[in-house]
Amino acid sequence: MEERRIVVPAHGLLSQAACIADEPIESLVSRYACDPHALVQILREAQARHTWLPRDMLSYVASTLGLTLAHVEGVATFYRFFHTQPVGEYRVLFSDNITDRMQGNAALLADLCQRLGVEPGQMRADGRVSVDFCSCTGLCDQGPSLLINHHQVVTRLDAERVARIAFLIEARVPVSDWPAHWSRVDDHIRRADVLLDTPLPPGAAIAAALARGACGLVDEMTTSNLRGRGGAGFVTGKKWELCRDAKGSEHYMVCNADEGEPGTFKDRVLLTCHPDMVFEGMTIGALAIGARRGLVYLRGEYRYLLEPLRDVLQRRRDAHLLGTAIQGHTGFDFDIEIHVGAGAYVCGEESSLIESLEGKRGTPRIRPPFPAEHGYLGQPTAVDNVETLCAATHIALQGGAWWAAIGTPRSTGTNIHSVSGDCDRPGIYEYPMGTSIDRMLEDCGAHDTQAVQVGGPSGKCLSAMEFGRRISFEDLPTAGAFMVFDRSRDMFEVARNYAGFFAEESCGFCTPCRVGTALVVKSMDKLAAGRGSRHDVDLLSGIDTLMHGTTHCGLGGSACNALHDTIVKFRPAYERRLKSLHFEPAFDLDAELADARRATGRDDAAAHLESTP
Amino acid sequence: MTTLTKTGNTGVTFSLDGEDVPFKPGETILQAARRAGRYIPHLCWHPDFHAQGSCRVCIVRVKGRAGSACTLQAAAGEVVESNTDELNAERKMLLQMLFVEGNHFCPSCEKSGNCLLQATAYEMKMEDVLFEEFYPLRPIDASHADVLIDFNRCILCELCVRASHDVDGKDVFAIAGHGIGTHLVVNSMSGKLVDTDMALTDRAASICPVGAILPKRRGFVIPIGERRYDPHTAADPGTQEAS
Repeated sequence: MEERRIVVPAHGLLSQAACIADEPIESLVSRYACDPHALVQILREAQARHTWLPRDMLSYVASTLGLTLAHVEGVATFYRFFHTQPVGEYRVLFSDNITDRMQGNAALLADLCQRLGVEPGQMRADGRVSVDFCSCTGLCDQGPSLLINHHQVVTRLDAERVARIAFLIEARVPVSDWPAHWSRVDDHIRRADVLLDTPLPPGAAIAAALARGACGLVDEMTTSNLRGRGGAGFVTGKKWELCRDAKGSEHYMVCNADEGEPGTFKDRVLLTCHPDMVFEGMTIGALAIGARRGLVYLRGEYRYLLEPLRDVLQRRRDAHLLGTAIQGHTGFDFDIEIHVGAGAYVCGEESSLIESLEGKRGTPRIRPPFPAEHGYLGQPTAVDNVETLCAATHIALQGGAWWAAIGTPRSTGTNIHSVSGDCDRPGIYEYPMGTSIDRMLEDCGAHDTQAVQVGGPSGKCLSAMEFGRRISFEDLPTAGAFMVFDRSRDMFEVARNYAGFFAEESCGFCTPCRVGTALVVKSMDKLAAGRGSRHDVDLLSGIDTLMHGTTHCGLGGSACNALHDTIVKFRPAYERRLKSLHFEPAFDLDAELADARRATGRDDAAAHLESTP
Repeated sequence: MTTLTKTGNTGVTFSLDGEDVPFKPGETILQAARRAGRYIPHLCWHPDFHAQGSCRVCIVRVKGRAGSACTLQAAAGEVVESNTDELNAERKMLLQMLFVEGNHFCPSCEKSGNCLLQATAYEMKMEDVLFEEFYPLRPIDASHADVLIDFNRCILCELCVRASHDVDGKDVFAIAGHGIGTHLVVNSMSGKLVDTDMALTDRAASICPVGAILPKRRGFVIPIGERRYDPHTAADPGTQEAS
């Protein structure tokens, strides 16, 4: 059996959805054995069938799963892709990462809305269509992009494509009949190193792991000093050891494929090009920790990958690489199922992800206890990122020392970067740890670069003075995003886009993140409107400091990172927006008189306040 | 630095702002401090319920790291900072955030004087709200015969959610939405309290630390001046919670 890239069918996706469309809610719920932990999956499938989730449907689901309606309502209103109010038959969501912005997504959305006669964020009166923005869909190297009906993507949008989309929607042409090449998703692998360039026959790493034995395998992982690639950077061997040693009736192996950090798309490419490598990593991990069940948490934005990935799982079962007695090894039983998310960045945090797997709101848990001891259904659970699992597969085959010899002593191996923004060759770049920003900028064809956002909005914003720094846990850790901004870009608008992202994606659980992210947006909007003062900039710094020290989870703690970095490094971008460095107008006094002018039918100069403060 | 200390009858201790606090195994910093009569400001924590850790007002610093005292396990010899200018300034800003997030008009609120949010704000010397108010539109629910819900004042402490589940066994409340749109919901088809089995005698009807859930027809039964936080403060050992 050879490792094969998955083939995403351009057509037939919606025919699958059509099958679901025929399924009554009763059989959908019973297909999930009335399991309350399947709530998110049931709601997702119910919505695919019914477009939105009416209250009586929530009530039915609640009663059959033994949950309260309020609980189900809480879950249904938590995830951005669930609708508890009517939405259009065609739901069009424009990805709104800063890279999409730079490629003109806002004008394209306005154009589409104008052509269709619909207001952004609202359903057209005839129920045909809704158009809105959504958080980054992980297609920054081929944007602007959009997501239709939470299922199919359209990449490389331009005015002509938008005009044709409007026509197809008006003509009520099913999405499955739209031009197939619109949904083409390119891999754009520009630089491959050991992970992406080493051929790997499926099963080889499992055989090697079985030969080493579970303990030997964990030893190799420890020797490799592989650290998680999802952002937290915990030592994978240590995590597996803790999980293996934790007491529980079951152990679970979870793959975190909830790649929500704006600007990151490496996991999408790994799942497309190397699905066997990912599943093999999970299988090896299962051997190490003693798990019989594995779960992939696939972000809702990658819904189009579900069927192809399930096909790969089936192929692996047929080849005895999953199921009972894997590779004929009695007692080594393991299988994988895929859980699809429904639009919630916070679920990338491992304890939120587990809450979501259990069918709840994706709110981070109080930690400790950590998932390795108390995870899915309260049992020991190892949660590893897609790229981490791919690395584990190679390490099982080639040994820990091999991996440890690559990179730097403290940051071993290679790291895969999702490069986007102002460069000639956006796409996937794999480098040994310790590679400098300069080198990466040169390779991707970046010119006149002003700044690079490493690790996404929750990472670091670097100015040109810092391009000698190196990607590593000791210098510049990253979760994979690498967004390039040339000197024509306004770094205030970059930070403002990220602020909007965090406000939209805050789970709302803790005070500083729930209110703080919304206050940051208000303050930045005020600055953008030219009504800000130095006081507002200082207030933003104060909120940043507060959020760093007081939030419930790490995501809230990093929500102001880009704000902090841009205020420190690109302060002129803020100050040129200040109406005055001292005056603090919270609102436009003259604009407030508009009603009075309208009532008196006046608009002469005397009916206006002096505009200069 | 306080080193690991064994005291005669109470066992091991940790240091809270320089004074030893004894604790039992498994206790959190806040539980132990509360039992010792010490004050760590808190809103969403209540001794009768499991910790939630969402208001963040009980933020403390241990070994240079910040965490919520209601969720951090006490550990022998640990040095915990709580009553510092820096942490109190952070608490004040968290309170200011809660004040601007909802619609809190103390002079016209029945809970004024009995309100933990107000009393904690006094403790933290809050004199203004710092931020621009959100002034959200939140209709009240006066459908129930005996209990009123004014969502304008809800601070999402979830004490009513926990009380209704743990004590009353009714699950009348849940949390819905996300981000700044997070809100309390009522478990009935209409979403109204009248269509639940909520009763005035429920723990959930009296647990609210602010004026979001109030008994009807009791307005100003206790005159201003004689209310909980008139003679006492939120820092006093007996009045650290509103109920």
